[in-house]
Amino acid sequence: MSLTDRLLGDRQRLAYIASQAADSRLNVELETEGMTLNIGPQHPATHGTLRIIARLDGEQVVWAEPSCGYMHRGYEKLAEVRTYPQVTSLVNRIDWLGSFANEVPFILAAEKLMGVEAPARSQHIRTILFELSRIANVSLFLGDLGVQMGAITPVFFAFRDREYVLNLIEGATGGRFHPNFDRIGGLKDDLPKGWIAETKAVMKKLRKFCDQIDDLLFGNEIFQARMRGIGVIPRDVALQYGLSGANLRASGVDWDLRRDQSLPMAWNKADWKVWTHPDGDSYARCWVRLQETRESTKIVDQLLDTIPSGPIMAKVPKIIKVPEGEAWVSTENPLGEMGYYVVSRGELGPFRVKIRSASFNNMSVAPWALRGVYVPDIVTILASLYFILGDIDR
Amino acid sequence: MMQVLALEVPYWGQSLLRVLGGIVAVLLPAGTIVYVFLFKMMSFMQSRLGPMEAGPYGSLQLVAEVGKWLQKEDIVPERADPRIFKMAPIVVLASTFLLVAVVPFGPDAWFTNFEAGVFYALAVSSLSVLGILMAGWASANKYSLLGGLRAAGQLIAYELPMVLAVIGVIIQAETMNLQQIVVAQNAGEIFGFSGLGNPYLITQLVGFVIFMIAVQAELTQAPFDMPIAESELVSGYMTEYSGFRFLMFFIGEFATAGVFALITSVLFLGGWGVPFAWFGWTDVDSVSNWMNIVGPIIMFTKMMLIVFIIMWVRFSSPRFREDQLQRFAWKVLIPVSLGNIAITSIFKVVM
Repeated sequence: MSLTDRLLGDRQRLAYIASQAADSRLNVELETEGMTLNIGPQHPATHGTLRIIARLDGEQVVWAEPSCGYMHRGYEKLAEVRTYPQVTSLVNRIDWLGSFANEVPFILAAEKLMGVEAPARSQHIRTILFELSRIANVSLFLGDLGVQMGAITPVFFAFRDREYVLNLIEGATGGRFHPNFDRIGGLKDDLPKGWIAETKAVMKKLRKFCDQIDDLLFGNEIFQARMRGIGVIPRDVALQYGLSGANLRASGVDWDLRRDQSLPMAWNKADWKVWTHPDGDSYARCWVRLQETRESTKIVDQLLDTIPSGPIMAKVPKIIKVPEGEAWVSTENPLGEMGYYVVSRGELGPFRVKIRSASFNNMSVAPWALRGVYVPDIVTILASLYFILGDIDR
Repeated sequence: MMQVLALEVPYWGQSLLRVLGGIVAVLLPAGTIVYVFLFKMMSFMQSRLGPMEAGPYGSLQLVAEVGKWLQKEDIVPERADPRIFKMAPIVVLASTFLLVAVVPFGPDAWFTNFEAGVFYALAVSSLSVLGILMAGWASANKYSLLGGLRAAGQLIAYELPMVLAVIGVIIQAETMNLQQIVVAQNAGEIFGFSGLGNPYLITQLVGFVIFMIAVQAELTQAPFDMPIAESELVSGYMTEYSGFRFLMFFIGEFATAGVFALITSVLFLGGWGVPFAWFGWTDVDSVSNWMNIVGPIIMFTKMMLIVFIIMWVRFSSPRFREDQLQRFAWKVLIPVSLGNIAITSIFKVVM
């Protein structure tokens, strides 16, 4: 028995064998053949320009493979001709829904090379903004989930409540989508007046939104029928494919870089929980994300109470030159583990930047998970794996 | 009706007038009002305002949309079968128009007083499957084909519980004439109490629920909108249509919702009538003439109510998967509706 056979779930293996058998039978008797369905690059289910080539037998997927690269923007190469402060405006656009979270690991890597540590106040504010961008990101996911299955109401709730979070991010940083706010050694500005009270009010709204989605989607029988037991990724498969973030936690792996890593960030100053789910199916992945959004609002609430006073910038030279060396920093971004491997030769800009983005690895499991499912399940599995095209193609 | 106007109109002229009247007086306002009502309602459910620009409070939105669609190019894909491709939306819309022909709106306000009205309505309503299948096949598009095949499978599966649910009504009313069904409901009584008439909504509640579910599937609205499935099949059989032909599908969708709501209200809610006991009427001939004016208004109110329920379900539930949908039809709806028929017949014989 080969490795892949052992790892395939019973249901998927049977479906695969059945579809193979059906294909050959049809070929002999009716001289018909399976159909190759090209989903994307422009398709509502791929929210971006992802292409999925699926070989179908009737409505069943015999084989499917994502084909990415339609939105490749070459950020790794572009970073080589930018100075360090300029790179943040590039990496903002990788995962465009949680863009502040993209800046943080890169800045942390540069700080690590320079031997600078941001002051406690800016660490706190960084963490708050990081979690806010996670909320902005995942709340859209929660709304989008319904749209993928034909329930168009949740997405409007999601857009309505996400707007409050974007306003907060705009209030603090000046940019709704691309804050470009993180600096080596701290942050660009301090928080504006009244921001803390407003954030607390919004967090209350967001918790209500989570309850609403819980009722509207997760409690819906049709939703459960569509999600439970579909696209099951067992624990060892998830680890082998290098899944990270909520996708990994939904397979029962208790792994969260916010807790497991000691970075100069403020996550360890708040009391929160890492949620896991033993099932590993589509429902588990969505449920873990819903719980994470709730946890994030709690983290933000607690950190708002304990922001220390002090400067927001460490002492760094006006013209930043990063000493020679190599550094790897990764954080638990909304989509999963996102890391930067920065190689410096002591110049104004990085010599080489390797970006490890979460969606690329999360999508690599798609051919495995899509085998043997029905066409409508392609959409739900892809939605629950949750990828952002910018994060796949960079 | 013609005697009221004191005109001598030949039979063919009467038929023509009735058909024109049907289109102008029923279908267009029904489509328009259902459309605007639906969009407003759905917007309020989703915490937004909906159409606001076209006309006062967005009431002319449909006119604006029609204007927009009429300006668009009528594209026929290169590899499509042009004749069938062009014919398909007409077939779909035709089934809606044929359907409205048997609906009675008042004691004399009907287009045809057809003895086998229910039978005709159910037969004609399945014509739209043909149009959808034609559209799906002729588009030469894989998504359309999948959508068309799903539609065919679904509509055939849900035709059956729909017919079986109506059989309960037919047994109780002892007629297949829609006008007689209305009269039977309004002249009837529940255990000697005639203040409400006998709307089959109460005595045929199971049948009503099954019928509504089947209507939902028949109209391909969520949670049964697998054939359209905009997030996976990109509108299924409608993918390749543009301009006026898309508009026909689009209006057909809302008009069919309205017409099915009319049929539901005739079968289960007492149609145009008020309980006859209120005014001391006994049968259709004793009903006052003013019901010809009030009847359509009552019908319209009931139609809006049913459309509201249809759309409410549509906007609050995700969609089933194809196999779950079939399983639901064959394993739940059909056995339950057969049981409903058995129980109804036992009651009919015993009581």
